[in-house]
Amino acid sequence: MSRDNLLLHIHQVQDELLLMGSMVEQATLKSIECLKKKDIEGAKAIYNADNVINEKRYAIENSILILIATQQPLAHDLRLLAALLEISAEIERMGDYAKGIAKVVVKLGDADIPLPMREVEEMASLAVDMLHRSLSAFIAEDPLTARKIPAEDDKVDKLYQQVQKAVIQEMAKEAKVIDSVNLFMWVAHNLERMADRVSNICERTVFVATGELGELEVEKKHLD
Amino acid sequence: MEKQWAIETQELDIFYGDFRAVKHVNLQIEPKKITSIIGPSGCGKSTVLRAFNRMNDFIPSAHTTGKVLFQGKNLYDQDVDPVLVRQRIGMVFQKPNPFPKSIFDNVAWGARINHYQGDIPELVETCLQKAALWDEVKDQLQKPALALSGGQQQRLCIARALAVTPDIILMDEPCSALDPIATLKIEDLMRELSNNYTIIIVTHNMQQAGRASDFTAYFTMDADRAGTMVEYGETSQVFTRPQNKSTEDYISGRFG
Repeated sequence: MSRDNLLLHIHQVQDELLLMGSMVEQATLKSIECLKKKDIEGAKAIYNADNVINEKRYAIENSILILIATQQPLAHDLRLLAALLEISAEIERMGDYAKGIAKVVVKLGDADIPLPMREVEEMASLAVDMLHRSLSAFIAEDPLTARKIPAEDDKVDKLYQQVQKAVIQEMAKEAKVIDSVNLFMWVAHNLERMADRVSNICERTVFVATGELGELEVEKKHLD
Repeated sequence: MEKQWAIETQELDIFYGDFRAVKHVNLQIEPKKITSIIGPSGCGKSTVLRAFNRMNDFIPSAHTTGKVLFQGKNLYDQDVDPVLVRQRIGMVFQKPNPFPKSIFDNVAWGARINHYQGDIPELVETCLQKAALWDEVKDQLQKPALALSGGQQQRLCIARALAVTPDIILMDEPCSALDPIATLKIEDLMRELSNNYTIIIVTHNMQQAGRASDFTAYFTMDADRAGTMVEYGETSQVFTRPQNKSTEDYISGRFG
């Protein structure tokens, strides 16, 4: 296989990764939409469609393993393929979060409980936007943008805290809603984790572009 | 204390007549490690390797400027005997080149001409063992060396180099004439030998450099066609995070 051919194959894997990213973005936004509208059928469809995302991940992994075995990529090519492998796993996991939200929608059914919907919608919108831009930065191999995105996680974390506070207040008011609002907490938790995982994508972008492998925003990892 | 390198070159230039084949090589070889020299054809890597034991002396038009330091002494000083240099710094070539003699005589050859005072059969056995060939040939030491397979012949040449008790073994494409199994045997042997010897290998096989060496030096040809070293570092770094664009291009197959 010539170098052109190797690049063509790498671009195909990148296209598949972007497609997978957009499937997860859609699944996340739709799951929140279903939560808002109590659309149980819609949620079931999202839940059942997660295996398509999983299959895509296996296909990407397989393509990368074949390229490594047959092309023995080195240096930038190797870093890029290793990053694609890692990022495809991250996106697959994010797909699981959307699936988890869909499951909560089904479990909540049509229960009528006051929930902090606005905060959760905003979390979803922020997390999806971060994911989208992190993948664009990855494809463009733009380490400057990649280094900036993880800091945006703070906004998602703040919203998460607000949701927690609101949910606890609901629990304190009425014990019989505990099960339902606890489920709702999982929605917020999944969105918070999703935004966290965007940092890993950004780390890989820096790695591919510069060869530096390490955590972005290390200071956040220490407890005060 | 200043670090003692196995070999250190300082502003090494090598000429063939008026043509400067290699320029400004400043390389420090780690002792008891395997260092590979990689680069495209014509980049001077074999020329540099041959400079390490004065094999270029055999090419009438070749001359060298700068220094090749071995144990603090410039190998190109007037008072240095190139024969003694080659005892301390041995060479294994691309194509196995055993003498048309018995297996035993091939290994004993260097010891005999150096008037070795010890027990020659014992030396032959030790060297064949070190070269991982003993078990295969111990019952047929009088057999002609040329009857051995290519991989065995190459290991015999390594045993022959070891028999004159060198510190450094230079290998110029030692596996290019061998099949993958024989190649892996030589690579295992190199790893084993690196416990006691410094090994410097020139190879076109990138995977071999990656698999078998601790350090990698990348050479390329400059605009004036002189070979020059552009990057030198730990193999793990050079193959995953090369610092130089030209190294990146070469190891990723973007070259030529």
